[in-house]
Amino acid sequence: MKQDIKSILKNRILVLDGAMGTMIQRHKLEEEDFRKGWFEDHESPLKGNNDLLSLTRPEIIKEIHSEYFVAGADIAETNTFSGTTIAQADYSLESAVYDINFQSAKIAREVADEFTACEPHKPRFVAGSIGPTNRTASISPDVNDPGFRGITFNELVTAYKQQTNALMDGGVDLLLVETVFDTLNAKAALYAIDEVCDDRGVKIPIMVSGTITDQSGRTLTGQTTDAFLISVAHMDLLSIGLNCALGASMMRPYLQVLDKNSPFGVSAHPNAGLPNEFGEYDETPEMMAQQIKEFLDEGLVNIIGGCCGTTPDHISAIADMVVNYSPREIEKHVGE
Amino acid sequence: MSENKATLKLSGLEPLIVTSESNFVNVGERTNVTGSRKFLRLIKEELFDEALSVAREQVEGGAQIIDINMDEGMIDGKEAMVKFLNLIAAEPDIARVPVMIDSSKWEIIEAGLQCVQGKGVVNSISLKEGEENFIAQAKKVKRYGAAIIVMAFDEDGQADSYERRIEICERSYRVLIDKVGFNQNDIIFDPNIFPVATGMEEHNNNALDFFNATKWIRENLPGAHVSGGVSNVSFSFRGNNTVREAMHAAFLYHAIQNGMDMGIVNPSMLEVYSDVNMELLERVEDVLFNRREDATERLLEYADTVKGGEGKKRVVDLSWREGRVQERITHALVKGTADYIVEDTEECRLMFDRPIEVIEGPLMDGMNVVGDLFGSGKMFLPQVVKSARVMKKAVAHLLPFIEAEKGGKMTFSGKVLMATVKGDVHDIGKNIVGVVLGCNNYEIIDLGVMVPSERIIKEAIEHNVDVIGLSGLITPSLDEMVTVAKEMERAGLSIPLMIGGATTSRVHTAVKIEEHFKKDQTVHVLDASRSVTVVESLLGGKKDAFVASIKEEYDKVRENHAKNRAKKTILSIETARANKYEIDWKETNIVEPNELGVIYVEVTTDELLPYIDWTPFFRTWELHGKYPAILSDEVVGEEAVKLFADAKAMLKQIEQEKWLTHKGVVGLFPASSVGDDIHIYDPENASELLMVQHSIRQQSKKAAGIPNIALSDFIAPRETGIVDYIGGFVVTSGIGIDGKVEAFEVDHDDYNSILLKALADRLAEAFAEYLHKKVRTDLWGYAQGEGLGNDELIKEKYRGIRPAPGYPACPDHTEKPALFELLNATQLAGVSLTDSLAMLPTASVSGWYFANEESKYFGVGKIGEDQLKSLAERKDLSVEKMERWLSSNMH
Repeated sequence: MKQDIKSILKNRILVLDGAMGTMIQRHKLEEEDFRKGWFEDHESPLKGNNDLLSLTRPEIIKEIHSEYFVAGADIAETNTFSGTTIAQADYSLESAVYDINFQSAKIAREVADEFTACEPHKPRFVAGSIGPTNRTASISPDVNDPGFRGITFNELVTAYKQQTNALMDGGVDLLLVETVFDTLNAKAALYAIDEVCDDRGVKIPIMVSGTITDQSGRTLTGQTTDAFLISVAHMDLLSIGLNCALGASMMRPYLQVLDKNSPFGVSAHPNAGLPNEFGEYDETPEMMAQQIKEFLDEGLVNIIGGCCGTTPDHISAIADMVVNYSPREIEKHVGE
Repeated sequence: MSENKATLKLSGLEPLIVTSESNFVNVGERTNVTGSRKFLRLIKEELFDEALSVAREQVEGGAQIIDINMDEGMIDGKEAMVKFLNLIAAEPDIARVPVMIDSSKWEIIEAGLQCVQGKGVVNSISLKEGEENFIAQAKKVKRYGAAIIVMAFDEDGQADSYERRIEICERSYRVLIDKVGFNQNDIIFDPNIFPVATGMEEHNNNALDFFNATKWIRENLPGAHVSGGVSNVSFSFRGNNTVREAMHAAFLYHAIQNGMDMGIVNPSMLEVYSDVNMELLERVEDVLFNRREDATERLLEYADTVKGGEGKKRVVDLSWREGRVQERITHALVKGTADYIVEDTEECRLMFDRPIEVIEGPLMDGMNVVGDLFGSGKMFLPQVVKSARVMKKAVAHLLPFIEAEKGGKMTFSGKVLMATVKGDVHDIGKNIVGVVLGCNNYEIIDLGVMVPSERIIKEAIEHNVDVIGLSGLITPSLDEMVTVAKEMERAGLSIPLMIGGATTSRVHTAVKIEEHFKKDQTVHVLDASRSVTVVESLLGGKKDAFVASIKEEYDKVRENHAKNRAKKTILSIETARANKYEIDWKETNIVEPNELGVIYVEVTTDELLPYIDWTPFFRTWELHGKYPAILSDEVVGEEAVKLFADAKAMLKQIEQEKWLTHKGVVGLFPASSVGDDIHIYDPENASELLMVQHSIRQQSKKAAGIPNIALSDFIAPRETGIVDYIGGFVVTSGIGIDGKVEAFEVDHDDYNSILLKALADRLAEAFAEYLHKKVRTDLWGYAQGEGLGNDELIKEKYRGIRPAPGYPACPDHTEKPALFELLNATQLAGVSLTDSLAMLPTASVSGWYFANEESKYFGVGKIGEDQLKSLAERKDLSVEKMERWLSSNMH
């Protein structure tokens, strides 16, 4: 019987994997890779719809999960960032959503179980990645009509329920609602997860990770970090954190806010710096590790990993460093 | 770090954290349609920019949470809540604070919760409808991530003692913690603040019980908070702000001492506790703590000493009879007392050389006082109508003397022609305007109802009037007003035109009427109280400036209208049809009516009383607020109570002396939908088509997943082969009213005449509600177990709808004749239709019954040319004619 992630979190800092997209790019895939065996006759182009690779080129995705586990990651994220009917509608692939999530969860599960079997002292976990979709429930897509909405809460709940069910059918250990730029979308995801758990009569650990878009320190929809925390704290979360958008150094002040106020674990998976003029992330593993060291010195985090531009080398540098630190104390923040 | 005990954390864009060390949290109350007339008007007129300013001012003024309430019968509360919250989300300076979603309707609360990214507060839920309902709602609130206000209210009613308060709060708390798993820090109790010093012994402990209950809650229910609306406590001292402010200060001070940590307080009605006069404070606290037998008397005594000019006399006495005659006349006019007016008028007549001087002198002086008080909001419409009654009595006494005198003629400030336009029979509003203007010394030429444009023009020329006022209630009257404007232009009349009535609007006047009448200015008059200022401005020396400002205003209205119009996307009718409201006909539960065919119904007034919805009654009198809260409203409560008493007395007479007969007819038929039409069949012979109802479909572009509804969507399509049913009804409470109204008018008693008409309208609505219930539980019988109180009926909580032709779900009046024929309504119920398809008697209601559990009210809104053509074709009418009937729905 594998150890419960919640109790492990009290004893050590867990390492989350790095970017999926950056690793997929290395394989220089072509249109046919995204279709193979599944969508051969699909009418619109599919290249760039990375989630499909879990179906069409599962061996590549498995290999990426393996590389991150080898690098020292405790948690792998499923390849399902765009696995909702809402996001897949851009490719007219709403019907593929169940398969994407189920298969992505399944292959990550297989790789994780192999590693756990070899290293029982370091069990590996699978987090079902739940992205923000490409619509916002709090902002009008039409600047002339601020009261209009391109998506409703109920539509989001329906889509997220479907994704959650498929991920859980595929065997994920936890769920990661990530890259939250609109807290209302995240609340819909949490609403969906809560309903699914109720229906299934189970509980599942949930991580929530927001995105701060610029140096104003706010989410895209205008919330401060502490308001964001309060807005999702009605759920019993495993952790709350930040990912994407900013590099590690710029993320630090907002992690301090979460450290101070969060009754849950705190997570961070920053980008490898900010993108350069070619849209590439060029922070080296050493540079990134140096900045993350500051988080660790301050005892800010319980879970640490990487987002855009990070590679197994980055994760390896982080994982090597993390073993020397004790995690942020969660208990001290919990109410009496 | 660990003071999470009882820490309430809320958020907008920024956090709001309430700890035991925090100061009292002030909730802004201006964005509440039930509490703010201004906000209600802005929402009704869809002036959302200005409505947002109200919210912004509150936040800038220091409100830490804003309470938003859209519970008002005239607006779609759910839509308004969603729209307003969505708009707020785009305003960072407002959205920074958390919102309190305030509604008595769960569906509005839930719709609101789906719009806020932050953590807000739900206001409120309670055990009123039982534990099961309470648990279900609380679970959802938890899942949406909001804090919750729980009212001390259970199945047996509102808590009014210390014991009941703690009993209900404890029970609610236990259910929330044990059965729902609610975060204890997110629970806020409202243990009911009730008035003290009312003179009724059972109210003496109201404040003390609140304090003690608050203390008990904070000590015994870990984490829970306490909130409340403070101004209630001083209700019995309305009009005496010195005492009220002191009471609020003292109440708040002690409530906070006992643990109340948030609430709704009007900052302008609050004294600083330490600044309250020591003697007053002692007396107030004696009352609050019920410390002595004579506490109320002692506070009243003190109150009398600080009353000042605005104080109102509490004792009914006749000391006013001792004053000089002018004082007596003014008193009688202001108080609306006709008992001595003939006597006093006669006394005056003997004092003056000519009888006309009595009118121009003492009577007009008295009416000027009334006008001033009304203008400054110190008198309300029912009082003014009563003043007019007194004035008319006095004038009637003088008229014979004036006529007996050679060359005797009254002089007026101006002459106003009033008419309800052709095809329309509604005249309550027009009569009220006539009375109000009459009070201000304008001569009223009232042409009555159903007045054709030729007659309006002829009489206007003949009487050489200074202003023409047009009134109407039903939508076709809007078009008729355009006709009058065109005809006035053609006749070359240079007389200003006033437009008023329930369906009229500033937008319609600016966009549709003004352009056709260039010879003088057209002005929309929102309500009777504005009419005086408008007429004064139109006739006085400042007319040019007034007209210029109106023109500028209407230009802006037109501009905005054009902008809004451009913004609204109208779908093609095919696209709209493809997005119809889908009902799963295999799953849905269709019940065959117990009684098919047409049935005649007659009821007594007595049977209808429990079904009366009083809120619109008060609105008729321009007293705004919800019944029964309006009776204790700070501003209009006193007048509302008087008016209500008069209404009740008249109802008794209507009942005992059988003034009115209530006749109705209802029919239930097999039906199926064919496209957007509903085919209605003979119950005896299902292949015999009796009539076709033509539904109109919503055509504006909806957000994804929201259907474009037509009524036909609620009836099973013919191709399903399922037999479905539809009903129709016509009821009236107006039979017998004419004789009584005439008797009142002969007696110069506009007050009772208007009162009777308003009551007849209410009874007709009550009849419709009564009949709908009878249909649901008996004649159709699809909801036999239904047991709803009047409140629930008014809130329309039952299954099924009864939309009326000419109203938002089916705006086409031309569907009425076929309905009337189907039910043989003219013969059976005695209700006929005018040219504009208004019903006669006026106090009548007609409509359709839809029973499907998914059927719901909606507004058709704007439609496109293509649907108009389709309708004209289906109904075999010309497109032009159809367009005239639906002009207010055309894009």
